[in-house]
Amino acid sequence: MKGIFDYFRSPRQTSAKVAKERLQVIVARERSSRSGPDYLPALHKELLEVIRKYVQVGDDAVQMNLESEGDCEILEVNITLGDKQ
Amino acid sequence: MSRIVVITSGKGGVGKTTTSAAIATGLAQEGHKTAVVDFDVGLRNLDLIMGCERRVVYDFVNVINGDANLRQALIKDKRTENLYILPASQTRDKEALTQEGVEKVLEELSQEFEYIICDSPAGIERGALMAAYFADEAIVVTNPEVSSVRDSDRMLGILSSKTRRAEQGEDPLPAHLLITRYSADRVEKGEMLSVEDVQEILSIGMLGVIPESQAVLNASNAGMPVVLDTESDAGQAYRDAVARFLGEDRPHRFITTQKKGIFGRLFRG
Repeated sequence: MKGIFDYFRSPRQTSAKVAKERLQVIVARERSSRSGPDYLPALHKELLEVIRKYVQVGDDAVQMNLESEGDCEILEVNITLGDKQ
Repeated sequence: MSRIVVITSGKGGVGKTTTSAAIATGLAQEGHKTAVVDFDVGLRNLDLIMGCERRVVYDFVNVINGDANLRQALIKDKRTENLYILPASQTRDKEALTQEGVEKVLEELSQEFEYIICDSPAGIERGALMAAYFADEAIVVTNPEVSSVRDSDRMLGILSSKTRRAEQGEDPLPAHLLITRYSADRVEKGEMLSVEDVQEILSIGMLGVIPESQAVLNASNAGMPVVLDTESDAGQAYRDAVARFLGEDRPHRFITTQKKGIFGRLFRG
């Protein structure tokens, strides 16, 4: 039930919503690294190093996602270079 | 047939021992012969929560090492029929809990008890892994708080890969979610993750929601499992959880705020 003062409050993100969103992101990431092969974190790190020889990118520039379809495993690598200067 | 149930969480201080004591007592009250085993080697505390700390003579590691037999180490609960406690050792030797030793003790317990409740230590070290390894079923205790939820998810990963069932390629062990220290008021104000939020993230079945309650500290002060405090909200919530664990369909209580009058509403917060 909303109190009368709630109607004057600006609609803002509650801390519980922030918590949920942060958790969904980190849990999804940790689950995918858990289920994947052991070399994924090392591969991720080396890919970042190679890219940084040419372009300065942040730590989140390389997103990897491993999916399996039947017998076939697909490693999807997304590299974001950021804004054009 | 005997069931081995691990009470686990990853994170410390969320209520594993309180829950182990409450669930074991609740199962015994329902007439099931139950043993509750403390796996927290070096930091024994289940004995205090159960109120039998002065009756500990032999412990889990003594039995593993053959210094005592199981019958000598098991403490018969004085309040509840059908309930026995196997205390943890206070040794600082973390290697004391060998897989073969744990297996032998659990096998011997299985011959006599219907339920064996394994109270896991925090973390993901040997004690926690051993508490989970032989389990048939898991209860994951989680606070509606980011670090606890994340650690619970980590523990779910361990349950699905590092247990005997997983290694033998059997079906993954069923895991049930038990949320503790829940405050419906704070959820309503948007200050706390809701039951639905936590369940959506962890996606396992809900065994129960235990409200934040003064009764829990009162019970631990007295060395009495909170489920025996039948007047209290937490005691009733644990009783419901035990009934659900045994297959009964009970609605969840204590997850919405009490209806407030007009003054309560106007002056809220």
